[in-house]
Amino acid sequence: MKTRAIVSSVSVSVALLALWGVIAKLEWISPIFLPGPAATWQSLSDGLRHGELLHLTLGTVERMAYGWALASLIGIALGALIGISPLLRAWLQPTLELIRPLPASAIVPVAIAFIGLSPAMVLIVIAFGAVWPVLLATTHGFANIEPRLHEVGRVLRLSPLAFIVKVGLPNAMPDALAGMRLSLTVSLILAIVGEMLASQEGLGLAILQAARSFRSADLFAGVVLLGAIGFVSNSLLGMAERRALKWKQI
Amino acid sequence: MRSILDRLGWRGWVLPLTLLVLAEAAMRIHPVESDALARPTDVLNALAQGIANGSVLRLSAQTLAAALAGLALGGGLGLAAGIWFGLSRAASDAASLSVELLRPVPSVALIPLSMLVFGFGFRMEIAVIAFTCFWPMLLLSQAAVRNVEPRLLEVARVLGFAWWERVLKLILPAALPRIFVAFRLCVGIALVVAVTTEIAANPQGLGYALMNAQQSLRPDLMFAMLLWIGLLGWGLGAGLLLLQRAWFRHSLAQQP
Repeated sequence: MKTRAIVSSVSVSVALLALWGVIAKLEWISPIFLPGPAATWQSLSDGLRHGELLHLTLGTVERMAYGWALASLIGIALGALIGISPLLRAWLQPTLELIRPLPASAIVPVAIAFIGLSPAMVLIVIAFGAVWPVLLATTHGFANIEPRLHEVGRVLRLSPLAFIVKVGLPNAMPDALAGMRLSLTVSLILAIVGEMLASQEGLGLAILQAARSFRSADLFAGVVLLGAIGFVSNSLLGMAERRALKWKQI
Repeated sequence: MRSILDRLGWRGWVLPLTLLVLAEAAMRIHPVESDALARPTDVLNALAQGIANGSVLRLSAQTLAAALAGLALGGGLGLAAGIWFGLSRAASDAASLSVELLRPVPSVALIPLSMLVFGFGFRMEIAVIAFTCFWPMLLLSQAAVRNVEPRLLEVARVLGFAWWERVLKLILPAALPRIFVAFRLCVGIALVVAVTTEIAANPQGLGYALMNAQQSLRPDLMFAMLLWIGLLGWGLGAGLLLLQRAWFRHSLAQQP
């Protein structure tokens, strides 16, 4: 049963790839818009071998990773504070609830006005957009600590900081990790948008330029790479999540 | 929610209001000529002007039309595929690898592609939104259908329902509450993607107006558009949540 599912899913994917090849070969869709799998592969392997595409990919991955790390740090720190203190929650949460629903990309013009077209601007936009899933999840994790653990902390005379590190963080970790996974997706999207708008070197800008000069094979190669970045980063984090939470599954 | 608001009470409003009043006061005492800052009252003024002369309404209509058309297209296809995959384990197994490979492609990566194929305008924006909405709708409606009581399907078999009767008379009504939740999520996604597409490339709608206000150094208009986009998204989300509570309170009672 298991192998049959694998065989059928692989064959469907191969069939789709073949369909793409046939459509491109027969030119049902003009090759200006739709390059075949072979042309895309050619552009992909050429670009990766001669360095240019690899360089751009690393640029985008780096931007995504830094923005995501920043968002995770801020989200966990702020989430811990807000989650642990009902008082802080009362003062801060409504403000956060007002800002949260804003589309992160809508912050880009504001960030450009304040900071200008710079790598720092893109980084701040990524951090701003990607912080919410982590922040909400961490707040939730900290706010829902078993009341008896609070009592244990009091009995042991844990300082607030020790309580956060020794009880709160492990307790909020499953929530926070799920939030971090979501914000990684957001980070990639915002890294691409930021590159497009601020003309920062990376895959986002590269595919925009490829589209403008009708180099559809390069465009497809870029989209494939971005998909691969999304796939690999999400899988890696999924694996890390399962590993880190092993102690939870009994 | 209600009780949380009551419990939080006035304290939550102190910070944002204080900040706004401080900004207003500071900028009145020290008038600044800035490309990035505007007095809160000027921002409200710009928004009121935009609403009065109809431009905000026209821009919102463009953005919302694209968002809803894209949602109808992508969400509709996603719903159909989701119901199919939910009913047939073989179909979902066969599609699983393709779905896993295509789903992580970031929506915004399709903006240049869509631009190349359709040029500027509604069609390119709708295509990007449809692609983005397809995946959550597919996965969530698939889960919704899987969640339908299996005994209902046995009843359908006993009654000798054709497949479309099964879908229309049993599956859809039974899965409707969860499908509505998926729809609500997708409306939010569609709006965000619409604004993003307009900011990044497509010269129409609220996103472009926001970008344009920044580029023509009108911070008051820029913040007004930002405020309006926030209000629009918040209003849509809150409205749909109210509908969900009104229509599906009982069936979703065990869920957050």
